[in-house]
Parts: sequence; structure tokens; C-alpha cells
Amino acid sequence: MNRLNYQNTLDELKREILKMGSLVKEQIELTVSALAAQDLELAQKVIDRDDLVDALELKIEEQCLKLIATQQPMAKDLRTIAAGIKIIIDLERIGDNAVDIAKTTLRIGHEPLMKPLIDIPRMTVITEDMLKDALQAYVNEDVELAESLAEKDHEVDRLHGQVIRDVLTYMFENPKNITQGTHLMFISRYLERIADHVTNLGENIIYMVTAERKDLNT
Amino acid sequence: MTENKNTKVSAENLSLWYGPFQALKDIHICIKEKEITALIGPSGCGKSTFLRTLNRMNDLIPSVKTEGSLLIDNQDVNSPDIDVVALRKKVGMVFQSPNPFPMSIFDNVAYGPKIHGIRNKDELSHIVIKSLKKAALWDEVKGQLNKSALSLSGGQQQRLCIARVLAVEPEILLMDEPTSALDPISTLRIEELLQELKNQFTIVIVTHNMQQAARVSHVTGFFLTGELIEYDLTENIFTKPRNKKTEDYITGRFG
Repeated sequence: MNRLNYQNTLDELKREILKMGSLVKEQIELTVSALAAQDLELAQKVIDRDDLVDALELKIEEQCLKLIATQQPMAKDLRTIAAGIKIIIDLERIGDNAVDIAKTTLRIGHEPLMKPLIDIPRMTVITEDMLKDALQAYVNEDVELAESLAEKDHEVDRLHGQVIRDVLTYMFENPKNITQGTHLMFISRYLERIADHVTNLGENIIYMVTAERKDLNT
Repeated sequence: MTENKNTKVSAENLSLWYGPFQALKDIHICIKEKEITALIGPSGCGKSTFLRTLNRMNDLIPSVKTEGSLLIDNQDVNSPDIDVVALRKKVGMVFQSPNPFPMSIFDNVAYGPKIHGIRNKDELSHIVIKSLKKAALWDEVKGQLNKSALSLSGGQQQRLCIARVLAVEPEILLMDEPTSALDPISTLRIEELLQELKNQFTIVIVTHNMQQAARVSHVTGFFLTGELIEYDLTENIFTKPRNKKTEDYITGRFG
């Protein structure tokens, strides 16, 4: 096979993207643990680690640009690199949302929760599963798995609606709940945004494999 | 595909042999008028052979045998009624290495019209100037038309060869790797020239340069061992080819 060096560089790119995906997945796991346990130290750790995510995004972007400039990729190679650039943008945004959750934890972590968290943990389980599936779909070029993200995203949207309704009820019942309630709604929103970003990952994976443009976030 | 344009060239079941060796295998292709069609493929795949069938340059090679049909403007190119000289006037050719005649710039361009019977000096002058302008060479050589063509740079010589072809008012331009012997800037200038010429002529270009094919052409055909593997809009060939062989070739996995 020709262009062994080029193929190695493409494989290396995919490995780096997976590395970034794993790092971001870890950030979600940590930020959600910090929220559940009201662990302020852990929340701060998530905030600090975001620098690693940002640095990896820049590194991978440069790898992509170098590949385009030096190798003149065509067809699937070109789609792989184009999708790669978009994937790292969504991963970086997911990382930012994990930080947003951590910052919110710092704000409300000093006081007891107004209600036990039920739907928010459900959302986090589904969202983490979605990211795990997206990374798997990326590695295996599994279009079906990428497409299945749409359904899970609908469930996250539904739970988000439920959180808003529940929290609003608590806020109406007692104005003292307003501050914490607002923050809980923000956290639910961040999780909902993470799920949306993961559907974007799915769309880019489908484009990479088949050149088809599909909307998974309807 | 390009629905609104007429078919200029159509081949059906076109096969060609050099002695026992089959260089073209059952080619079906439909080339539209006033468009640039690129032919790509590894060395020896038959793309230049196919190009040469369009103006019967293969006739000059002994032991060539052709089967199937090749129509230009619905006329069979291989019919015994065809005037081959008239065909080669209608279907001009530019080659990889610029090949100006060892004479002046003026005489190079006037040569073709003279052969076809134009003797009037004013008319010849008019044709030479018009052709040099069309080939984007006029500004660089006006006032020096008596200079030897061999004193021009590579890029200029190639544009002179294009002017020479244009002087006999062809309808189809065949270009066999027209820029592979030129520097990058001359290459880009000729590509720009092709964009202007395509409004008037049907252009078929054989190229090894994938990026060039992607830049200049509307439709691309991929040849491999004498077969036309895939033929589609250039943007499809280079972003989502249907055949794995096409994908492997354009991504450089072989060839």
C-alpha cells in the first residue's frame, strides 16, 4: 500500500481525537460526581483540568491543518479530517459545559439540596452513555450506533422539561428555593446541551463514513 | 449530470487494440459540449489512448484496431466518409511538452490557417492576433511576432501551442497533460485560460494532477487498465466516489 506514512498520520489523528473524547467523558463523570456529593474540591479539579481539553483541541486542529496543507486529502480522507475538526469543537464545548456544571456546584455546594436529585442523575447516565456510544461509533465507523444517539437525545430533552417543571414548582412553593432552583435548572440545561453536542458528533461521524448529512437533533 | 447541454462526443462499446494488447475495453462515455471533462488514471490506463481516438491520432500507430462507435456531433468518427484532416481541424490537440515549430511566433500561429488555404495577409494577421489574444499570450508577445517561438518560456510556448490550435477554429480541444512540464505559476495561468475557453470550446483534459482535475473540470472520468471505472461530476468523484477503485486511486492508496 502506498502512502504508509500518510495512513499512519491519519490513524494518529483518530487516536488523538479518541484521547480528547475520553478526557471529556472523564470530565463529565467527575463533574456529576462532584454535584451529587457536593464535593467542592472535585468541582474545582474539573475546572482546572479544562486547560488540558483546550490544549488538546488546539493540538488536533493543527494536525488537521497540516494534513490538509501537506497531503491534499481526497474523498473519505478529506471527510475524516473535516469531520475531525468539527468533532473537536463539539468535544471542547462539552468540556466547557462540564466546567459550567462544576462552577454551579461551587455556588450551591455549601447548602443542602432543596430536593433529592432524581432526574438530573438520570440525564447524566444517558448523556455519559451517549458520549461512550459516540466514541465507539467513531472508532468502528458505526453509522447505526451514531444514528441511535437521536433517540437518547429525545429522552434527555424530555427529562430536562421535567426538571424545569419540578424545580419551578419548588420555586413557586417557597421563594427561598429560587436561587438554588435557578442553578439546578442551569445544570439541567448544561446536560441537555451536552447531549445536543453529542448528537453533533453523531452527525459528523455519519458524514465521515457515508458523506451523508443527517440531522440527529430534530 | 449537466442536463441542459448537448452531447458533443459519445462512445459506445468502444474498444481498441495495439496488436494483441487491448488498450480500451468497451468504453461508454458521453461528453457534453462547452464543458471541461477531465480524464484521470494511472500510467498505461488508456486515458491518452482514448483521447487520441477523438481525433484519430491513433491511426498513425501501426497495428491499431478499433471496434464500437465513437460519435462527434452524432457523426461516426471512424466512418470511411470522414475527412480526417477536417476532423483534426475540428478537434485540436495540445501535448504535454510544448512543441512550437522552429519559426517565428507569427508563423507558428499562421501555419494552420495557411495549410487550410488562407493566403490573404490581412486575414492571417487578424487570425494570429485573435488567437494569441484568446490564448492569453498577446500582451506578452505583441510587437515581437517575428521573434523565434523557441525563445519563449515554457509557459509561453504552451500558450503559443494553444493559440496555434485555436487559429484553425476547432470545436473540441484535447489536452494531454498540458501543464505537467510547466512551473506552478504557468500551470495556474493555463488553468485560468481553460476557464475562459470552456465557454466556447468543448475541452477534454488528461491529467495526472488530481488537484488540477478537481480545480478545472466539471466532469471527471477515471480510467483503469483500459476500462472507464467511474464517470461523474467532479465534485462527486473527489468527495464521495462510488467505486472503491476510484477512492483508492484518488487517495493515493495505489497508482
